[in-house]
Order: sequence, then C-alpha cells, then structure tokens
Amino acid sequence: MVGMVVVSHSKKLAEGVVELCKSMVQKNIPIIAAGGTNDERLGTDAVKIVDAIESVNQGNGIAIFVDLGSAILSAELAIDMLSEDLAKQVKIIDAPLVEGCIASSIEISLGSSLEKVENTANGSYKLRKL
Amino acid sequence: MNMEKLLIVINEISKKIQENKEFLTDLDQVIGDGDHGLNMNKGFKAVDKALSETDIKTCDILFKTIAMALISNVGGAAGPLYGTAFLFVSKAIGPKEDIVKEDLPLIFDAFIKGVQMRGKAVQGEKTMLDSLIPAYESIEKSVENNDNCTQLFNKACTEANNGIEYTKTIIATKGRASYLGERSIGHQDPGATSSYLMIKSILETLESDI
Repeated sequence: MVGMVVVSHSKKLAEGVVELCKSMVQKNIPIIAAGGTNDERLGTDAVKIVDAIESVNQGNGIAIFVDLGSAILSAELAIDMLSEDLAKQVKIIDAPLVEGCIASSIEISLGSSLEKVENTANGSYKLRKL
Repeated sequence: MNMEKLLIVINEISKKIQENKEFLTDLDQVIGDGDHGLNMNKGFKAVDKALSETDIKTCDILFKTIAMALISNVGGAAGPLYGTAFLFVSKAIGPKEDIVKEDLPLIFDAFIKGVQMRGKAVQGEKTMLDSLIPAYESIEKSVENNDNCTQLFNKACTEANNGIEYTKTIIATKGRASYLGERSIGHQDPGATSSYLMIKSILETLESDI
C-alpha cells in the first residue's frame, strides 16, 4: 500500500487527522502523524518527517500531506534528506488537509497507486461543505 | 580561522540571537506569526548543545551539525531555510580544517543558494535574502580589494543593515507577512534581521579578538 504522512504545525492536529482517517477505513493502512517540534511546540521538523516517511514505506510510494507554510518547506527538505531511491517515491500532495487525507486513506485502503491517490486528493478541493 | 575560533564565532552568534530574542519576536509579531526570536533561540541553543557534544575537526561536519540542530529545533520556516543554507555551506566547503578569507565568498554564496532553493525567493521580497545578498556582494568586493577580515565584515555588516532598512520600504510577498500586503510596508523583516545579527556577531568576535 501507499504510505501516508500527515505533517502539521500542531502535533494534536496531525494525530487527530490520522485518527479520523483510521476510523474511515476497515483495513490497517500505513499512516503516521509528523506534527510539532521535538519539544512539543507548534512547528515542523524535517528530521521527524524523514523518520515518518521511512516508517510507512512499503515500497509503493509515499504521500505527504501538509497544513501550510513551513510544513511545506520542512517536507521538501525531508525529501532532500532521503536516499535518492526513496526520494523518487515520495510526493507532497496539494490538497486540503482533512478532506484530502480522508479521501486518500480510502483510496489507499483499496490498494491504489500513488498517482491515483494524488488525483483523488487533488479532487477533494472541489468538495463543498454547503 | 581555525576550528577553535570558528566554534567561538558560532557561540557568539547563539548569544547574539538569545540577546535579541524579544526584539526578533516583536518584529515578527507585527508582520508574521510572532515566533521568530523564540524559534531561533531554541534552534541555536540546540546548536550549542550539539557542538559541545561532538568532536568536530572539519568544516563540513561543523556546518552539517549546525544545520541538523536548526532543522530539528527551530520549528518555523527559519528551520528549513537556515538548515538548508548551512547544509549547502557544508557541501561547498568540504572537509577543510580552517577557513580563510578567500573561502568567504564561496561560503556566503552557498548559504544564499540554500535559502533561495528552499524558499523559492529572490531579492526584494522582504526576506533574509535582502540582507544576505548585499553582504555577499560586499564580501566579494572586499576579497578583491584585499581588505582585512575586520574591514571585510565591517562593510558586510553595513550593507546587511542597509538591506534591513530597505525591507522597511517594500511589500512582503513570501511567507506569513505576504497576507498583510501593503500593510507590511514600514516594518523591517525579522528574517533579514536575524541574518544581519549573525554577520554582526562574526564582526564583533573579530574585533574583540577573543
């Protein structure tokens, strides 16, 4: 399955999104939160993201979801810090955090490719609430 | 400058960031998310700790150690930006045991390229580049003119400070400050200021001849 990393400035937000995603799928999917700094402040940490990527890697690609601002910079730096082979399999996904992650986790549980997961996540921008 | 002296310089930079923690945070509260001083201070405290725990012999390891500490401990955008900058310097300088004046343009060039690559910014967008690039250009000229190190950093400091003044006159288009648009005019950029403070610490260390 495609691996999924949820990056947020807030540890609680990242963990909350992971919790929501897990509740939406019946299967165990490789998903992990990488939120907050080492000392539990608001912020992002590229090293934490590197560890997260490696821990959900099953060889089928990895999708990274981010909240905003430095989360994107840290995710990009994390990819630069990976081995070349692994870096090629990782993509930062342009999607709203909650809707994108939930749609993707369902897609991942169906065994879809990273490309399919990305398309679905991108599509979640169109989900209107009202 | 040998490794012993380089470690002193880094230590002085940490002190300078700590002294200016409130100042940087105040600047950031006006146009950003108000955490730059606190974040930078956390980052440089981690740098001090990492350097004291590692036996460092070569410049590439020195700059890599600084980079990794900043990446993991700053939290805000300055972490990946300065982290990438120091990683670029580490790669550019290689396993040299000391730094001479002629290495400085290469170091500053690599630093700036790191910030640019990560931040996708150019000069004139109210970022750290607005103090770093004028400092780099001044350093390049100084090396050509064979200025001594104190003269070199004195001029670089002046140019970096002029760069900060310039950031007061322009609109932010990168980062959180860009949400403010024209309202960001009149305020100096916290990132340009922290970059200036680092250069100023190098100058002060050279002047005091610690």
